[in-house]
Amino acid sequence: MSSDTTVRAVKPSASLALAKAAGWGKGLSILTRITVMAFRHPWQAGAAIGATLIASAFQLTIPRLLGQAVDNTQVALTGGAAGQAAQDALLTTALLLLGASVLRGIFTLVQNYYSEAVGHHMGYRLRLACYEKIQRLSFSFHDSIHSGDLITVGLLDLEGVRMYFSTALVRVFLLSMLIGIGAYLLISTDLVLGLLALSFVPFVGWRSSVTQLRLRATWLDLQERLSVLTRVMEENLGGIRVVRAFAAQNHEMEKFDAASQSAVSLAHQRVGIRVANTSAMTLSFFASMGLVLWVGGLKVISGEITVGTLTSFLTFMTILQMPVRQLGLMVNAFARASTCGARLFELLDLEVAIRDRKGAPELKVTEGTLCFENVGFAYPSAETNEVLTNVTFEAKRGETIGIVGPPGSGKSTLAHLIPRFYDVGSGRITIDGQDIRDITLQSLRRKVVVVQQDSFLFTTTIENNIAYGDPWAQESRIERASESAQLHNYVLGLPTGYETVVGERGVSLSGGQRQRLSIARALMLRPAVMVFDDSTAAIDAATESRIRSAMRRYAADRVTLIVAHRLSSLMHADRILFMEDGRIVESGTHDELIAAGGRYKALYDLQVRPGDDGRDDALTA
Amino acid sequence: MSEELETERPDIREDGRRPPRAVVGSHRIEEEIFGKVFDSNIIRRIWAFVNPYRTKIYLAVAAVLAFTAMQLIIPLIIRYAIDNGMQPGNASHTVLYWCIAGFAAAILVNFVASYAQETLVGGVAEDVLFDIRRAMFSHLQRVSLSWMDKTEVGRLMSRLQGDVNSMQEFLETSVLSVGDITLLFGIVIVMLTLDFKLGLLTLSALPVLFIVRIFWLPRARKSFMAAHETNSIANGALAEAIHGVRAVQSMDRERINFALYDDKARANLMTHLSAARYAQVMVPIVDSLTGLAMALVIVVGGARVLNQALDVGVMVAFLFYIQRFFDPIRSLTLQYSVMQRAMASGQRLTEVLDVPVDIQDAPDAKTLSPDMDGSVEFRDVVFGYNPKHPVLKHVSFKVNPGETVALVGPTGSGKSSCMSLIHRFYDVQQGEVLVGGHDVRDLTQDSLGRQIAMVLQEPYLFTGTVFDNIRYHMKDASREKVIEAAKAVGAHDFIMRLPEGYDSILGQRGGNLSLGQRQLISFARALVADAKILVLDEATANIDSYTEMLIQKALVKLLEGRTGLVIAHRLATIREADRIIVLQNGELIESGNHAALMKNDKLYSKLYNLNYSSFDDIPEDVIEEAATEQAT
Repeated sequence: MSSDTTVRAVKPSASLALAKAAGWGKGLSILTRITVMAFRHPWQAGAAIGATLIASAFQLTIPRLLGQAVDNTQVALTGGAAGQAAQDALLTTALLLLGASVLRGIFTLVQNYYSEAVGHHMGYRLRLACYEKIQRLSFSFHDSIHSGDLITVGLLDLEGVRMYFSTALVRVFLLSMLIGIGAYLLISTDLVLGLLALSFVPFVGWRSSVTQLRLRATWLDLQERLSVLTRVMEENLGGIRVVRAFAAQNHEMEKFDAASQSAVSLAHQRVGIRVANTSAMTLSFFASMGLVLWVGGLKVISGEITVGTLTSFLTFMTILQMPVRQLGLMVNAFARASTCGARLFELLDLEVAIRDRKGAPELKVTEGTLCFENVGFAYPSAETNEVLTNVTFEAKRGETIGIVGPPGSGKSTLAHLIPRFYDVGSGRITIDGQDIRDITLQSLRRKVVVVQQDSFLFTTTIENNIAYGDPWAQESRIERASESAQLHNYVLGLPTGYETVVGERGVSLSGGQRQRLSIARALMLRPAVMVFDDSTAAIDAATESRIRSAMRRYAADRVTLIVAHRLSSLMHADRILFMEDGRIVESGTHDELIAAGGRYKALYDLQVRPGDDGRDDALTA
Repeated sequence: MSEELETERPDIREDGRRPPRAVVGSHRIEEEIFGKVFDSNIIRRIWAFVNPYRTKIYLAVAAVLAFTAMQLIIPLIIRYAIDNGMQPGNASHTVLYWCIAGFAAAILVNFVASYAQETLVGGVAEDVLFDIRRAMFSHLQRVSLSWMDKTEVGRLMSRLQGDVNSMQEFLETSVLSVGDITLLFGIVIVMLTLDFKLGLLTLSALPVLFIVRIFWLPRARKSFMAAHETNSIANGALAEAIHGVRAVQSMDRERINFALYDDKARANLMTHLSAARYAQVMVPIVDSLTGLAMALVIVVGGARVLNQALDVGVMVAFLFYIQRFFDPIRSLTLQYSVMQRAMASGQRLTEVLDVPVDIQDAPDAKTLSPDMDGSVEFRDVVFGYNPKHPVLKHVSFKVNPGETVALVGPTGSGKSSCMSLIHRFYDVQQGEVLVGGHDVRDLTQDSLGRQIAMVLQEPYLFTGTVFDNIRYHMKDASREKVIEAAKAVGAHDFIMRLPEGYDSILGQRGGNLSLGQRQLISFARALVADAKILVLDEATANIDSYTEMLIQKALVKLLEGRTGLVIAHRLATIREADRIIVLQNGELIESGNHAALMKNDKLYSKLYNLNYSSFDDIPEDVIEEAATEQAT
């Protein structure tokens, strides 16, 4: 990025965390929206919920069957006709039990598989929607947000929404089935014993929910602390030379220990919360079981209920224990889906500021004339004044325009307006008389290319990087562009040539090589307007002049704009615009401006090598 | 609804053209995730970290055993209550109460044991995790720079995070698996004791499950890994889209990228569905086996009860145990993967911990006094990162106290190596480097570092306030001193224009400042360090002329009253130096001030006369030409 943009980045960054303040109503509408999305896969969602109901029904029959089996045995012991019948019934019960278990297993499989499948299908659609949105959102949005936050939304928040169906919604059905019908069955069998058997449910459900919500809050805090730790380590390792140069290892260890301590103490706290909770839940569960055994035992002795009934109560409790303990996870899943959904939907609902007007025609390049008419511009989120004021100039096909000026004078901004990275505040920019806001973005950006100072290289081969804008290009064209950008010889020197992978995870190129690659990449588009935004700063003067002469061949077909600090990069231009505080303050050829003796001349004197007599000029100015 | 896509997926494949030269996202081949199941060497190394906490670990194991015992006893109590308290004919309140009392005692023990076990294991695992990480980080502070240069920061970070985390998982689960094993054996023993035949029959379901798991595990794991991998591919592509969005938009690649991303997202969907199938297929198998075991207990057990060979309570206890005994098998087979992963991670961790530390203080190292004269001398120094290919060949020179010397020469001539040697980043192979008259190998690294301030070519700043960056490790530097330094180098004005002045937080690596501004802050940092000797590698990147002017002024200030060694690129800096040393291919070829060298008519005057404003602007071939011309 150029210095113009670095000034902007200082302002506080917008964030997608507005959702924190959202109330219940908002949360509910988000959950509704996610639910509706889940039912876009009606078949799978229906199968999941149906299977949940059936599986839990089978689940509920198991304790009954077990109780029956015990009773049958007891009755059979008494012998006689009833005993014989009971003995026969035993076999039936066993077979029923086997059948119920098998069916429960199968329906649980259906339930789990389809509820996950719904989530994965939702995840797939959301991923695409996110990707598309991120690609389309305009520069001003991307300026205002930290890329890390955006990645969090696209990864973690999306995950929270995706998990909603299986971890929150389906569980509601499961739990209401088990607890509701189970409670009915128990209480209708024996009121007191039923209540006792269920007595652990409210406590465990409440504890588990409260704990999960607390763990969630501390989890976010822990992530924050861990990211500080990560940063300390990463900066230390990346800047290890600075650390060693200042003999600051002790200082760095202190930094590490502070960050590490803060994370480890919270981690311990979290262990404490979790453990206190699980032990309390287990205790309360077993306490209820003890009560059931006690009261139930007395009832068995007094002949009110059978041993089988008592067994079915106890079995039922063991079955219910797990889902009730996981109630907290369900509550947590709802909370997570609601906050994650809020952020995710906020991103997906954003208006794309810069887009095609309805029915916009394609750009038609005839004369190839670029025209700025009274252009004014201020960055949307900055309180500062206009960055550009009343900029007017015209550039014809074949012309080269140089733009120069002190840092922050608006040079780069001017360059960014032509491909509509931002829209002008006032005035207009036209190409052959067509306002660039009235034509399709696609046709505009194919004709206007800006070569950035620090352009992003993709982690792929050099060939793919050069052909980025025209992936179907012939190999020979790629090589020609690379030759023009003075990159070809370097590439041929690499062991794997054009197949060499560059970018973040590939071979690292020097600043100058990266710039040459991005020039080659831009040339591939055959633009009608080509803008160099300080994009030769890291290329040595001689190579730059070779690039310039290579491009002279095509220069007749296009408008060339050169933004640069180094005057030698633009001295040859047909016209030079000197900018200051967002205005064009001087304009003319190099010779004219030197003769005029204004600001351009002062800059020139600063840059050319001072003679032996004036050797201190630069230091005393 | 906005999750409806605005763009139709364009067909980029089936339009008769050959496939485009285009990909989204990159994929690094993952490191080996699974290692040997058991590697005694690695276990020993890890144990060294656990050892300080061994009392806690022993206690935790004891608690796990107690906990498991209670899991076994509870069904037995129920059984006893049924058989001896509730049977028609010999019902007994006393027995029932005793059973309830026993039950209460058991659940209290259970409570204490589970609390103790989880607290201890969780706490120790966290502590060990941080200890391992600290040991590695601290080791990395001392290993040689040449090793650090060869190693990607990202790789080290994945050691410090991913690998350390999988050790934590391993620690937590291994204590728990002690419990699982005990529970499994306990259930088997109790069942066989209660009724040998019925027990044997019921347990026959166990090997079936084992065999099924053994066949299932490798396939399932493959499928889980595929899901994991496609996930990280898709996430990588999303991250790329975010970081490269400006390039994507300016090259009009949105449509193609969308189609390519769709492929990755779809692959992710498919592998996840397949992984879900693998994960869920075990459910009906386990459930059916459970059902089968229960049915067996009812039919066979029931028959034995009728033959008076078995009590009803035993049958009930069996039914309870059956519901528990598949759990340990499930977690034990999972533990297998955890072990393998931990061994692979442990292997990588020990590799980092075992990187030798080349440069250490000599046992009798002296402290370099701040009162030393500040001279620097190279005596017949031979040095190469690879000893077979020396970068410096018999270089000798002396920089007198207070003198500024410019090091000049083409890329690869050995300038940067000279700079590193003064600070003893590396040790020389021959000859010696003297600072203040002492061989740097006889001094403590810490005291040496405090007397040498270094400014690197690429200014590197840390996240934090401007103030903290300028004073860096000089914790006693006052605010006045920091501001004074900033003023001296001309950074004060732009710092005051930042929203919070000196308390403004700099983004990662000072991202919200321009290169020139970062340079000035690193100058101020060197000034605060207030060392006798300043070693500076001038920035080569093109900085706008206005900031450039400030930097030149600051440089003069910085060198005032110090011994200066500057790797100079700008002619202005070079001419200002008291002396110029010209290096070529690791040899010192000339030295003297500007006027003397111009008369010398060697490489320096040749380069100077080429009329470039900076030596870096001279194309390499021209330098080569001048150099060979001079050599002949």
